[in-house]
Amino acid sequence: MPAIAMEGLTKVYPTGQRALDALDLEVKEGEFLVLVGPSGCGKTTALRLVAGLEEPTGGVLRIGDRDVTHLPPKDRDVAMVFQHYALYPHMTIEANMAFPLRTRRLPKAAVRAKVLEVARLLDLEPVLGRKPAQLSGGQRQRVAMGRAIVREPAVFLMDEPLSNLDAKLRVQMRAELLRLQRRLGTATLYVTHDQVEAMTMGDRVAVLRGGVLQQCDTPHALYQRPANLFVAGFLGTPAMNLFRAQLAEDGQRLRLGSQQLPLPPEVLATRPALAPYRGRTVAVGIRPEHLALGATGAPATLRAEVALVEALGAEQLVHFTLDAPAQPVEDRAGRPGEEPAPLRLEQTGATGTARVGPDEAVRVGSTVEFGLDPATLQFFDPEGGQALWA
Amino acid sequence: MRPTRGATSTLGRGARLGAVTLLALLFLVPLYVAVVAATHPASAFLRGVPVLPGGDLLANGRQVLVRGLPGTPSVPRMLLNSALMAASVTLGKLLIAVPAAFAIGFFRFPGRRLVFWLIFVTLMLPIEVTFFPTYQVSVQLGLFNNFGGLVVPLLASATAVFLFRQVFAAFPLDLVDAARLDGAGPLRFLAEVALPMARPTLAAVAVIEFVYGWNQYLWPLVITSSPSNATIVMGIREQIAAAESFAVPQWNLVMLVALLALIPPVVVVVAMQRWFVRGLVFQAR
Repeated sequence: MPAIAMEGLTKVYPTGQRALDALDLEVKEGEFLVLVGPSGCGKTTALRLVAGLEEPTGGVLRIGDRDVTHLPPKDRDVAMVFQHYALYPHMTIEANMAFPLRTRRLPKAAVRAKVLEVARLLDLEPVLGRKPAQLSGGQRQRVAMGRAIVREPAVFLMDEPLSNLDAKLRVQMRAELLRLQRRLGTATLYVTHDQVEAMTMGDRVAVLRGGVLQQCDTPHALYQRPANLFVAGFLGTPAMNLFRAQLAEDGQRLRLGSQQLPLPPEVLATRPALAPYRGRTVAVGIRPEHLALGATGAPATLRAEVALVEALGAEQLVHFTLDAPAQPVEDRAGRPGEEPAPLRLEQTGATGTARVGPDEAVRVGSTVEFGLDPATLQFFDPEGGQALWA
Repeated sequence: MRPTRGATSTLGRGARLGAVTLLALLFLVPLYVAVVAATHPASAFLRGVPVLPGGDLLANGRQVLVRGLPGTPSVPRMLLNSALMAASVTLGKLLIAVPAAFAIGFFRFPGRRLVFWLIFVTLMLPIEVTFFPTYQVSVQLGLFNNFGGLVVPLLASATAVFLFRQVFAAFPLDLVDAARLDGAGPLRFLAEVALPMARPTLAAVAVIEFVYGWNQYLWPLVITSSPSNATIVMGIREQIAAAESFAVPQWNLVMLVALLALIPPVVVVVAMQRWFVRGLVFQAR
């Protein structure tokens, strides 16, 4: 039995805006499921529907074995951690954490014992008497967690709980939060717009876009086999390089601008869905780490002109241009309102990024040859965007 | 070259300080005259107003508080009436305005906007428009010449509803959501989250309404007739009449009564000043 089951969950606002469109999603018992997507993709709406803060306009929501679609928040056995923590500013930390227990009319001694237990777990004992304003961001975050934990809910809901912390603390709290969730074993639905957070934290990650679920799978599977162009472009930093290419009639070569890449027969054999695209245009995706410099004996090579080099210490990011057309992807970087890259003409160069070793000497303006294994290529329908595997 | 910032700001501060001092003096002079007058025997005024305080404060006080001026209601009684009236008005207004503002600020119901604007519009009506209808209704409800008449017609306050509504309307929505998830119903939310967070406004409104109730002049004058229901602010007028009936007008006593009438509101304002100022600043933002 899943901890949370959303069946065709839909939210249409009175303005006609379809924030969530027939979402089918399950959070398993004890699972940490991350909902990720660009702003306005419906992830927060989904969370608020599960919390009961908003009424769905369609679909069914189950928590455990109960249909909670129309229950008020307090009867759903869920606890939520808010982006801005939503601590009661006039109450002490202890009172904040005790509040959800007091509303249940639990005996005072039991409330106090439970709050102390959770405070110890979260290392909050020394600050129990303080007010939220006297605490650091990390501590406030933990208090918000504590307020959720004391109730021992069936489900945790978290709305970008780490986005208000500075970068270093965020990484630290990520691990802390995960450890805590593992220890409590409580199913968690976690919303974020940060794909790194999603990939590092989620047992599974559900990618939303425009209120529609794109794909839900383990981070590894999402990265290795994105279901469509959007997921391919959204996950991974730097993002996957996406170009438009011509698949030869015999399926043995791929024409990228003025260059030809040989495709061994396995490429087509492992991707039956690619066969109908012989002699047609496909979108091809290359992860930046699959482009190697100076590797001899690579099955294929790609020539490109170096436009910019970013030395990151452990690696270098080589930004290059290629005379192949770029494959446009909406919302690729996940920024709201960003225009899709304009479709480039065959003659103009598309840009891409390669991840190479720190010691490679790369000169801006020079032409380099990247080694490449065609088996690592990803193919997509250039219009519909779906991945071309089976 | 421009003058250095330090120089201009020192100059500016000096000028500002001078202006403030001048204004303060302007306000203090009448008060000082009253204090000086209250400490002299009545005969002192035959030679003009003395400049320095005298030593008759206690004697005058006994005269005012114990014996009183002939034909006027007792001063302690009027002080008590005023205090009771102001306190009741304040409490009543808060009890009515807070739930009203809570309903308008936090609940969605048909006509919510209309209700708010209806309340808001009454803010703009001049007192004179409602004065005689209020009097008529009050008398018919049996509120003439009793304590209820002093308090009940003043209870509904658009100002207080408006101020609270502004606070509630600006309330962080996250906190509302958090309280809902924590299982707090509307009343618990009001009592334990919304009101404690609105405490500065609560204090500010309480002070404003106490002073408002205390300073009522026209309404007590109209709605009461017996000395036992007189309030201090309306009573000063009678004190003046009585003091002038003496061969030597008892201005010292009138001044002392006026000073006594001033003390309770000042105490309330000073006592709640910290909250009061914060509340108004919070409003301004």
